[in-house]
Amino acid sequence: MHGMSLIVKNITRLVAGFIAIFGVYIVLYGHVSPGGGFAGGVILAGALVLIVLAFGEEYSRKVFPHDVAKTSDALGALGFLLVAIFGYMVGGFFVNFLPRGQVGNLFSAGTIPISNLAIGIKVGTGLFGVFLTLALFRRQRDRAGAGSLNGPKGGGPHGGET
Amino acid sequence: MTFSMLPYLMAFLLLVVGLYAVVAKRNVIKVIVGLAILDYGVNLLLVLVGYRRSGTSAPVAPILTGGMANEPGLVAQSVDPLPQALVLTSIVISLSLTALVVALAIRLYEKYGTFDTERMRNLRG
Amino acid sequence: MPLMVAIPLAGGFLISILGGLTGSRRPAAILPIAMAAAVLVLAVAMLAGSGGTTVLWIGGWKFPIGISLLADGLSRLMLVIIAGISLLALLFSMDYMRQYTSPALYYGLFMLMLAGMNGVVLAGDLFNIFVFIEIAGISSYALVAFGTEADELEASLKYLVLGTIASTFLLVGIAIVYNVTGQLNWAKIAQVIQAAGGPSRPLYVAAALFLMGFGLKAAMVPFHAWLPDAHPSAPAPISAMLSGVLIKACGVYALARVVFSVFGASEVFGWILIALGASSMVVGVFLAVGQWDFKRLLAYHSISQMGYVVLALGAAAVMQVRGVSEAVVALAIFGGLFHLFNHAIFKSLLFLCSGSIEYATGTRQLKSLGGLGRKMPITGACLRIASLSISGVPPLNGFWSKLIIVLALVLGGFYVLAAVTAIVSFVTLLSFAKVQRYVLGGEPTEAAAQAREVPAGMCLASIVLAVLCFASSLLILPAVKGRLLDPAVRVIQTGVGSAEQVSETTAVTGRSERPGGEHPLSPTGLVRESP
Repeated sequence: MHGMSLIVKNITRLVAGFIAIFGVYIVLYGHVSPGGGFAGGVILAGALVLIVLAFGEEYSRKVFPHDVAKTSDALGALGFLLVAIFGYMVGGFFVNFLPRGQVGNLFSAGTIPISNLAIGIKVGTGLFGVFLTLALFRRQRDRAGAGSLNGPKGGGPHGGET
Repeated sequence: MTFSMLPYLMAFLLLVVGLYAVVAKRNVIKVIVGLAILDYGVNLLLVLVGYRRSGTSAPVAPILTGGMANEPGLVAQSVDPLPQALVLTSIVISLSLTALVVALAIRLYEKYGTFDTERMRNLRG
Repeated sequence: MPLMVAIPLAGGFLISILGGLTGSRRPAAILPIAMAAAVLVLAVAMLAGSGGTTVLWIGGWKFPIGISLLADGLSRLMLVIIAGISLLALLFSMDYMRQYTSPALYYGLFMLMLAGMNGVVLAGDLFNIFVFIEIAGISSYALVAFGTEADELEASLKYLVLGTIASTFLLVGIAIVYNVTGQLNWAKIAQVIQAAGGPSRPLYVAAALFLMGFGLKAAMVPFHAWLPDAHPSAPAPISAMLSGVLIKACGVYALARVVFSVFGASEVFGWILIALGASSMVVGVFLAVGQWDFKRLLAYHSISQMGYVVLALGAAAVMQVRGVSEAVVALAIFGGLFHLFNHAIFKSLLFLCSGSIEYATGTRQLKSLGGLGRKMPITGACLRIASLSISGVPPLNGFWSKLIIVLALVLGGFYVLAAVTAIVSFVTLLSFAKVQRYVLGGEPTEAAAQAREVPAGMCLASIVLAVLCFASSLLILPAVKGRLLDPAVRVIQTGVGSAEQVSETTAVTGRSERPGGEHPLSPTGLVRESP
């Protein structure tokens, strides 16, 4: 997949950073205003997808390869589980064990911002990984069957039964 | 009064349209779109279920802004936040489902050469 | 208890990370097998633990607002079944998955499915069970399509579309229930419904939607259309999991929960369950006799055997409402649950044997197999044992459970249904006699000529299951029965009565100091007297 025209590339250079920051803002402020992990993660994935679409596959492979997306996806999920397990050890499962400050501050509501962060990372990179798998499927298959597709949600691998 | 039933009717209409698209269409992509419309209909229905009219003033969204801890007025006036949480979860589930079924459709096209479900009849009996 | 869900989930994601590191297939399987063994140990420990209902309130939010994990007798039984079959399926897939690429993906999805199913049986309220059904469902859609041949993709698409429609029905049902009662917790809904004197008209609509949704997940006729395509196309250990566990956990268990513990058994529900169960039994077995594809035949038999279970539960509901003695009702429920347990064992064994045969010969068509009884002695023996089990031949476990179901039906006055059950059992015997004759007897065809016995891991799993086939007939003995099945029977029998237990119990968590809270580790009001 080659990138798009020069105009798109320039605009993306300007805009993609802001989109990413906006996504991070929604993730971090999830306990104060509407949004949270999932919505912020989707916006973050949108920024990454925009970069891939505008600059082409080769560029994105240098900057954000598929394996990194997969790994950080799993790490995000494990982070969420770690928060839950820590809660289990300290109190109950998923209990809020960090101090809750005032309603409306950034550092309030216990473990919820951490969960939001983990989910934001997971959804952002996971959705980006899904996009890579779906969009690059033809390309990888055409390239003489090189490699097998290990997307987190993309269909099964190559190969069948003997 | 029937005026307030209109959103429910719309949600039901979405459900019916989605179900029709899934059942009656031959193209796999149209079936996928039908599944998406089904999801929209159900999510809309869930959000509507949470609508609560307080009787005194217009209902507000259940958001706790700064310094507003445990205000009883908010509890009485806001819509029900629980179905909104359900809808969030449901949206996430349908997102992953859509991703999976689109991946399946891509692979199906590669194997069968067509998107027509009438031609994908290897399994029979 | 939440570890039951957390361990497989963590395992799934860990495998996804480590998947690139380990090269060959065998080491990649160690982690999932270790996790499945841990889950099994936990499940057995829970079974041996307190006998009553354990409720865990997540995050410390109490009844009725909080999300709860509910583990009562029925849940514990299902947990043991799920954990056991998963462990054996993983053992089997250590060698079987050599035919496929990307083991990391397979084990990751398998762990996700395991986590989902554990969550289904542990869920304490209506929406949580939906979420976990979806988790298990989505992983199973992906696993059915694992080989990415044309057949498998088509089967997975069919399964996916039908499963999604069912989930949509479930969600609409949940919306209606929430609209009418304002609660999502099972115990609270049961209380609200009982206080209102029974379900009102919208709740019947919701119940119909639930019956349709869970009926599709449980592969009841007329919602069975996905099963004969999905089960054969999946890799053999996944077929064993799907047929042996998934349609039970997501389908029959959820159906029993919603009908008995939430809505309360009534004559209407009972008759609907009887109708579903009887038609599944008959349609399944008659469509199965004519099949020439081994796994497709097994899939149709799954439909029929699940019909047995649902029929027994429905008959119990009707009998309970009609005022037949409690002992007969308990007998019917016991027969149904025992058959659930047995079916998990022998159906998984059958699918694993068919996987072994496919691994050795490369085909599933009965007409091109033959003479494998001599070439593959262990698999052949296991296949014989499993076929005898499912047909209900004494002294194997299938005989006992079918006998109990027929007895309960006769004692309850359903003579026609009892006769139908006996006839279906006989036709099952016929179809498996056909299987045995074509697969094990006769002269080897050229496909079967080069068959050798399968590797050790697969043999081990099959042998363990075959031994269990014999061993679970011991469940008739009151000592063993009281531990394993009686709590489950009691749960279904008391139906909405178990709601009061939940509202009385307090949080059972680790060490928690909640100001003004109750002392943990001392659940109140848990153990009930025997009926």
